[in-house]
Order: sequence, then C-alpha cells, then structure tokens
Amino acid sequence: MGRYTLRRLLQLIPVILGTTFLIHFLVWNLPGDPFAGRCGERPCNPAYIERMTELYNLNDPLIIQYGKYLLNLLQGNFGEDFRGVPVAETMAEVWPNTVKLAVVALSIEIIIGIGAGVLTGLKRGGFLDNLVMISTLFLMSLPVFVIGYLLQLTLGLQLGIIRPTVSPEMPWSELIVPGFVLASLQVAFTARLTRASIAENMRADYVRTAVAKGLPRRRVVGVHLLRNSLIPAVTFLGTEVGALMAGAIVTEGIFNINGVGQTIYRGIITHDATAVVPMVTVLVLVYLLATLLVDLLYAVLDPRIRYE
Amino acid sequence: MSDPTALQPGPVTTDAQATTESQATAPVGKPSSLWSDAWHELRRKPLFIISSVLLLVILVMAAFPQLFTSVNPEWADLKKSLQPPSSEHIFGIDIQGRDVFARTIYGARTSILVGVLATLASTLIGGLFGIVAGYLGRWADTLISRFAEIFLGLPYVLGAIIVLSTLAPVSSDPSRLRIMVIVILVMALLGWPILMRISRSAILAVKHSDYVMAARGLGASPMRIVFRHLLPNALAPIIVVATITVGSYIGVEATLSFLGVGLRSPVISWGLAISEHANYLRTAPHALLFPAAFLSATVLTFVMLGDAVRDALDPKLR
Repeated sequence: MGRYTLRRLLQLIPVILGTTFLIHFLVWNLPGDPFAGRCGERPCNPAYIERMTELYNLNDPLIIQYGKYLLNLLQGNFGEDFRGVPVAETMAEVWPNTVKLAVVALSIEIIIGIGAGVLTGLKRGGFLDNLVMISTLFLMSLPVFVIGYLLQLTLGLQLGIIRPTVSPEMPWSELIVPGFVLASLQVAFTARLTRASIAENMRADYVRTAVAKGLPRRRVVGVHLLRNSLIPAVTFLGTEVGALMAGAIVTEGIFNINGVGQTIYRGIITHDATAVVPMVTVLVLVYLLATLLVDLLYAVLDPRIRYE
Repeated sequence: MSDPTALQPGPVTTDAQATTESQATAPVGKPSSLWSDAWHELRRKPLFIISSVLLLVILVMAAFPQLFTSVNPEWADLKKSLQPPSSEHIFGIDIQGRDVFARTIYGARTSILVGVLATLASTLIGGLFGIVAGYLGRWADTLISRFAEIFLGLPYVLGAIIVLSTLAPVSSDPSRLRIMVIVILVMALLGWPILMRISRSAILAVKHSDYVMAARGLGASPMRIVFRHLLPNALAPIIVVATITVGSYIGVEATLSFLGVGLRSPVISWGLAISEHANYLRTAPHALLFPAAFLSATVLTFVMLGDAVRDALDPKLR
C-alpha cells in the first residue's frame, strides 16, 4: 500500500507539470499579443505590461519562463490581481466558502444519489424505479444554470421559502438549495451508477451464498452487497470533484456566494487573467489530488485489488 | 443452402424475437448484424421514438427557422422592451425589444451547429488517436495516453474558460463565423481525450479476435485491418458516446455563452439569451424561461437518444 501510494504520487508529477504548463502556455504564449483585451475596454497601459512581463518573465524563453512560474507557485507566491491585491490573500478569504458549499453538495450527492440508487437497484421496474429513472434523465439534461434560476425564481422569489441569495455569513440552512443545484448533475449520475451496480451484484454468487446461509436481509444488503457495489459510485464522486468546482462558477454566481467560482467569474468579466490563472491552477491541483485519493480508497473498499 | 424459407419474399424477421429464433435454428439468408438487430430493438422503444420525433423537430427548426416564425429575430423595438407574452408575441419581448419566440427558434441552429460540429471534431481527433494507441500499443499507446491525461486533468469548463478568454478576450468583438469556429475548436481540443479513451478500449477489445488474426495471416495491410475489420466492430460504443456528447456539448456551449466567454452578441444563442436576462428574472422571467426550456429539451433529446441507442447496441444489457 505504501509503495503503491508512492508510485501514484510519482505518476502524478508529470501530469501536474503538464497541466500547469498547459495553463501557463494557453494564457501567456498563444500566438498574438497576450495583452490584447487584458485590461478592459482600453489598451493596457505600458506600466502594467512592463510589470506583468517582469512578473511572469515573458521575455525569457518559454522553458525558463515556466520554470520561474512553477518556482513561484511552489513558494506560495500566486501573484497579484489587477488592483495589486495578492491572489493568495483573496484565496484565503474565498476558499472556505467554496469548501462549505462543496461539502453540502457532496452530502446531497451521497444521501440522495446513493440512497435513490440503492432503493431502485434493489427493486427494479417498480413505480419508484421509473420515477427515479425519469427524474434523473431530467436532471441530466437541465444545465446547472437553468436549474439554479428555476429554483431561485420559484422557491426564492415567488414562494419565498428560501432567500434568493445567500447572506454573507453563509449559514448551513441557506446552502441547501445552492448545494442541490451544484450537485444536481452528479446526483443523477450517482443514482444511475449505484442502481446499475447494485442490480448487477444482486445476481452475484456471494449474495446468493449469503442469502442461502440464512443471513438477515439487512446484513446481506448492508454489508455484503453495499460494500461491493459502492466502488463505481465512489470513483465517480471522486473524479467529479473537479466538475463540482467548475460548476461552482455558475452556482456561486447565481446565489451570490463569495467563493472561488465567483472570484474566477469576476476575474473573467473584468478581464483579470492574472487573478484567474493561479485560482484555476489550484482548482486543478485539488482535482488531481482528489483523483489520487479515490485510487487509494479503492484498496480500502476492495482488498481484492492488489497494487503491485 | 437448401432452406426454403430463404426463397420466400417479404421480410423474414419482423421483430427481435424472430431474429433470435432464426439465429438459433439456421441462418436465414444474410444473418442479421448487430446493427439490424439494434434497429429492430430500437423501433419498439418508446424512448427512441419520442427522442427521434423531438430530434426531427429540432433539426427542421435549425434548418428552416422561417417555417416556424415570420418575425425577424434581429428586429428590435425598444418601446416594447420586456413586455410579457401576449397574443401578438407569444413568448413576449426581450430586453432589447426583440421577439423572444423568433430568437428562441433561430437559436436552435446555433446550438445544433456547435454541438454537432464540436462532437464531430473531437470524435475525429479522439478516434484517430484512439485507433493509433489501441492498434499500435506499446510506446505510441503510452505517449498518447499520458498526453490525454494532461488534458483530462483540466476540468472541462475551467479549461474552456482559460483558452477562450485568451483566444477571444471578453472585450474583443469577433465576427459571427470567427467566434463560432473558435468555440467549436476549443470544445474539440478539450473534449477529444474522452473519445480517445472510448475508441482505444473499443479497439483493444476486438484487436485479438480470431478474424483479425485471420486477416493478418492472409496478409492484409494495417490500413485494411483497421478500416475493414477493427473499426466496424468497434464503432458501437463510439457512436453511443458521441450521441450523448452532442447533448452535453450543447449544454456546455450554453454555459460558456452564459458565462460570457463563449458566443457573443450578434450570434443568436439560448445561453446568451439566458445570460442577458439573468438580471431581470424578477420582472420578466419569460425572456429567460423560454430559451431555457428549449435548451433543456434539446439536451434531453440527445441524452434520451443516446440512452436508447446504448440499450440497443449493448448486447450485455439484453
């Protein structure tokens, strides 16, 4: 297990290098003037261009540029935004909010997604099964921002059940609806994955054995079946953490949550690439680490998988 | 073959039941392929029929929007700005005083064009790399797979935001054609690794079959093996994923346009309409809800179609 973890960590390095290089390249080194359209409606002022050229070493050859950029990232130096505020400061302020939202979204995915998947997988073809299949189909085809505005309009503005936007203190109760909006797509996929997996394992030999030796149904389902069936769902939830973060851009915008997504969104709208790039880089790192964590979780869930 | 039924006129197999029976006894005429099997299966599925009819309507809407509305979607009358739906303008008027119904109808063309072309491009790129990686294996496989992993490490929407805000900065004013080409290319650039993985594993699954060995033994060239033997047998999963991808790309296009980094104003797009009216949700929800409904229905159509086709093409589920 230890050796496997080490090997996976080592394998992660080229991917991290490649991804950060890709981001750096895409932002600063695509053909054309990198400063065209970076400063709002007016052309960039020479002082800004000079500062950015110096900060990102844009006069150096590409490899050296990237090396210095990486060194800065490693030292926690994320650069400054438009107004000269260090990006690291902004990040410390907004990250907790996004994590809070993501926790709510993940809990909803686990409770509703896996719950619905298990219930329908155990009893396929019934009313509940059809209901879940149809509603997940709808959830899968409604883009996040459509669901967001629909819920904001109906629950928030017309019925007045929730506050249309989340207040700055971010109480948990106000995060339930935004969390659901953020999780909507993944809830649907999780439910379907779990359903398919449970239905497949219901026919497995070990389940028949467990039933035949007279174990109570609760134990068969809860211990034998669930542990084996949850692997696809766990994988999916882990790899979709990245999508969750990207979805936060839309959700946080709609519900006015001061999180990473909204900061990135504001950065794009105000053409502030220097603030956007490090934020996105950190998001990508979180995503890659989540993927690694999932791979390691496999071993815990399924000891048959040997990592040699 | 002396089977008399082979000489009988008319369709021998009427449904999947008969197909499997005829296969079980003796092959009648030409044995039914996976595709004709799937077609028989599909024709009886309500999900497939509903989604095909919806798809047809959407395609007609995209090709001939004039059939549905005679109003010019560009015509603006600011006096009427944000009027609610009435008998004259059944979907109401948007913020610029344009007819929402006409703009919603004309928006179908943009969504279909972007969704289909971006899927086509990423299927071609991904399929090509997948075939090369799956067929050649060894270092080619390692190289392509690692390269794809780098792109997969970038969450889709985030990656698209970075590339788009560089290629077509928010303040720039690109022409209709240019911005659409850029959006399509960026979506294909970020989307190909998924299709590469699918086609790679599909090729790997059939690569060691006996008929491929036989073809190689007979001295068939690699080109012939790939295009005559491997590809036709590996096509099913690629088609299923591509169908669902069209739907999700239409959603992505709308999301990017909604965020302000995708399509821009002279282009008529559902995502753009939703973004333009997000601030008037309280006073004029109609300008946002109608495009949103059409957008969701279109994505739903492709997801349902992909679901139905997958059920028909995947023999394991039958």
